[in-house]
Order: sequence, then C-alpha cells, then structure tokens
Amino acid sequence: MTPTATKSTIQKMPRILRRVFAALATVLAGGFLCALLIRLAPGYGFDEREMDQRMRAESIRAIRAERTETGFAALYWQNLRAAIGGDLGKSRALNRPIAELFAERLPVTARSMAIGLALAWVFALGLAAAMAVTRSQALNAFAAALSGATLALPSAVIALLFLLAGWPPGLAVAVVIFPRIFRYLDSLTRGILDQPHVLFAEAKGVSRARILAYHVLPVAAEEIAALAGISVSLAFGALIPIEVVCGSPGFGLLAWQAAQARDLPLLVDMTVIVTLFTIAANSIPDFFERAERAA
Amino acid sequence: MTRTMARAILVLTFLAAILAPWIAPRAYDHQYRQAVNASPSSQFPLGADNLGRDRLSRLLEGARVSLLLAPAAAALAVLLAAIVGILSAYLGGVWDRLIMGAVDLLLALPWLFLLLAVRAVLPLNVAPRLSVTLTFLLLGALGWAAPARVVRAQVRALLDSDFLLQARALGISPARVLTRQLPPNVAPVLLAQFCVSVPAFVLAEASLGLLGLGVSEPLPSLGSLLRDLESLPALHASLFQQAPMEMAAMLAPAAFLVLVICSFQLAFPQQEICS
Repeated sequence: MTPTATKSTIQKMPRILRRVFAALATVLAGGFLCALLIRLAPGYGFDEREMDQRMRAESIRAIRAERTETGFAALYWQNLRAAIGGDLGKSRALNRPIAELFAERLPVTARSMAIGLALAWVFALGLAAAMAVTRSQALNAFAAALSGATLALPSAVIALLFLLAGWPPGLAVAVVIFPRIFRYLDSLTRGILDQPHVLFAEAKGVSRARILAYHVLPVAAEEIAALAGISVSLAFGALIPIEVVCGSPGFGLLAWQAAQARDLPLLVDMTVIVTLFTIAANSIPDFFERAERAA
Repeated sequence: MTRTMARAILVLTFLAAILAPWIAPRAYDHQYRQAVNASPSSQFPLGADNLGRDRLSRLLEGARVSLLLAPAAAALAVLLAAIVGILSAYLGGVWDRLIMGAVDLLLALPWLFLLLAVRAVLPLNVAPRLSVTLTFLLLGALGWAAPARVVRAQVRALLDSDFLLQARALGISPARVLTRQLPPNVAPVLLAQFCVSVPAFVLAEASLGLLGLGVSEPLPSLGSLLRDLESLPALHASLFQQAPMEMAAMLAPAAFLVLVICSFQLAFPQQEICS
C-alpha cells in the first residue's frame, strides 16, 4: 500500500477508531522508549550475585549462562507478546509476578484517587460557583490565599501534615488537586462572566444563580470535561509522593520502590499502564463531545 | 503593592542564595558533635540537625542550589522547547506530526512518574555535585514538552502573518526566517514559559529530594532539607509541649519554599503571563 493510500485509509476511519489507533501507538512508543532507556542504563544486564564473594567461579559462570544474550528488539518483542498474553513478567526487587502486584496495588490507588478527585471537584466547583454568585472580595481573597498556599507546597509535605493529623491519603490528594482545578475553573468562569450575553442578561435583572446555571455552566461544560480528564492524570502524579510518605500500599509506592531498587521490568510495565490510563482519562471529553453532538 | 512586595522578596531570597557562602554563619557540612539535634540558640539560630550541622547555613546553601539551578534548568527546557516548537511548526507535515507525537507521549505520563522512571535508570549513588547536575539536567531535559506545544502554536500563527508572507515574497531564505524573524517574535512566549517553569522546577526538585532521588548528601537542596520533616512524627507527641522551637526550625525549609513559590505566583501571575 502506498503512503498516500495509507493516509487516505486512516482518514476514512471513524474518529473513535483513529483515537484508539493513536492511543495504542503512543502506548507502544512509551513502552519502547522506556525499554530503550533501560537497555542503555549503566549496569544493565549485570547480576548483583556476581559480586557476592561467597560465590564460586563455576556458580558465577552458571549465573552468566542463565542470561540469554537476546538483541534489544527481539527482547522487546518477546516481552510485548508475553504482555498481550497476560504475562507481565516478574518484579526483580519484590520477587513476585507483576500482574499480581498490580492487582493488589491498583484498588488502593483507585480508592485514594476517587476520594481525592471527588472532594477536590466538589470543593473547587462549590467555591468557584460561590465566587461567581456573590462576587465577594473577601471570598476572593480567601480563595486566592488558600489555592496559592496549597499550590506552593510539594505534595509530599502536604501528605506528611495529613499523616500527622491521621487523615487518609485521599484527603491529601484532594488538597493537592484542588488549587489546580479551582484556579482553572475560576479563570474560566471569569472569562464567561465578562462576555456580552452575560452582561446583557445581568443588566436585564436575571439573577446571578440563574446566570451561572443557564449561561455559564453550559458554555464551560466542554472545558470542564477536558479538565476532568487532566485532573485524573494530575491526581495520579500527586499520589506517588503521597503514598510514599503515608506508606499507603498503592501504585505510587510501587513506582517509588521500583525506582529505588531499579526494578526495571516493573518500571516498563508501569510506564505502559500509566500511559494507557492517562490517555484513556484524557479521551473522556472526546466521548462526551461526540455524545453531545449526536444528541 | 502586593506584586512589588513579592518581587522584593524574590530579589532578597535570590540575593541570599547567591551570597550564601559569605553570609552563612558556618560551613554547611561541618558536623559539631557537641550540638547534635541542638535547639535554636544564638549559636545555631535554627538549631542543628541529627549530625550536628547548622540548619541555617544548610538552608542558605540549599536555597543557593535550588534557586540558582532551577532557572538554569528552566532555561534549558525553554531552549529545547524553542528549537522543537519552531522546527515542528516550520517543517509541518509528517515532521510536525512526528514531533507532536513525541510531545504527546511525554505529556501522557504524569510529570513526577516520568522523573522517577528516568532518574531510576541513571546511577543513584553519585557524587553530590554530579547528583545536582543530573537532577537539574533531568528537569530541563524532560520539561520542554508543554512549552514546545505553546511555542509551536505561536509559530504557526506567525507563519500565517502578513509580515512573514511579505518577507517570503521578497525572497528571504528559510534559514533567515528561522534564525532572524521567528525567534524575536516568540521571545515573549519563551519568557512567559520560563517564568512558569522556574517555580515548577523548584517544586519538582523538592519532591524528588523528599523521595530520596534528588541531590545527594552532604550537599543540601530545598528538597533534601525537607527530608528532615520525616522525623516530625517522632516529635508529634510533644508538638505543642516540649519542642515548639524545634518544630519551627524544622519547618523553616517548608516555610521558605512556600514563601518563594507564593512570591513567584504573585510576582508573575499566570493569567497575565499567558495573555
């Protein structure tokens, strides 16, 4: 097939299929790049047992013989085929199947993320709505101070303060995500409130609550949906230090353990899962947009 | 008024960072064995850590490392973003799609996870000076993706502008467009991205340092100084009874970080930067 024919075939695909195709390509490229980085990393292929002075020369030779000298591309292809078949390999540091580790850790992370995102969204939307309705200077100053201070602290420090207070990691996620969501929502709302149709409605005496419900939210819906997708990715990023500090046995803690122990097979699998997850989260607004258009 | 104050605070903190070796009361790595975990006093204004090192001197040196290298990393990220963004928009077609695919790939991964994964494949036990270089090079080398997208959008808009159309009609060479016409016109965008990147990189270094993947001991950075907070749970029982001064001294790096980041936010508001 010529490049022009390939291009037109891709263009003829339904939009949703093109998205899936692009997402898969990104995930595969992510896994490949991570594997390549690992292959180039200093110390790759060296077994620590070889440094054990108790080992006899024949044992070291046996350990070296265990390593199959496969080329990088072949190795990547082998791992990819195994992953498609459900075998994600084994963690070197934890000496357990990676699939088992994921099954164990993902629900913990999902719970913390769900609590954190729900609380952050409720609080951010509530505060942005209250500011749009009341236009209070005091509330504005409070919101600016609160979001500024929480934005200025690394998530690990917030996690530490929550650990001292004995609050769950999900709450720390909410505090980390809230200012990012709120600041965007606030800026979005202000932009819409300054538009001529809103000013006209206000001049005609339409109540602020009604303006918010009928003139601001419908206009902002698409951007809010996009922000929802991004906030999932932000929450995941925030969870890494939070889980490490709070000792919560989730995916973030696993990522840190893998990095500390240079557990490279685990890191590659995690990169693929995280890329897949982020792309899926960022695609949510597209599906909403399609549904809206169809309606 | 608030902005002037924020800018004044930033100038003062940067001055303190630059002058740290001269204004610090003691050497940041000298261990006073008789002053292990010493409380704040006239000799040690912020007390001493568990190795007997002066906390104030370490804070000043840590500020020097973080506040001087974060702008360097931001400059590297913005430079890479300028090269990638301009080339992507100028070349267009397949090249544009390929480059933007790479940008999408980098943006698909949460920032901290990406830093963690790449830092893990680099040597972990390295000399302190090398660890500083590695950490900030990593921030600069991985932080270009989002600014590159902004630069590309700006360059695409510029390529459709009348002045470039006229310039090309007059026979100006592509090399001249790339080197003389585009860079001055994307400079404000680059400056804005630089201002946004500096506090983001200071925070990223702090997070990496707290996770033990940042600057190696004995060299301090804001991130590695925050690791002292890990002993807070031990002090928690006596939080408001026996050790309030120790608590305050221990929280000083976190308070300093909040002050610097808040000052950045107030001195260069993002809405204004982006407009």
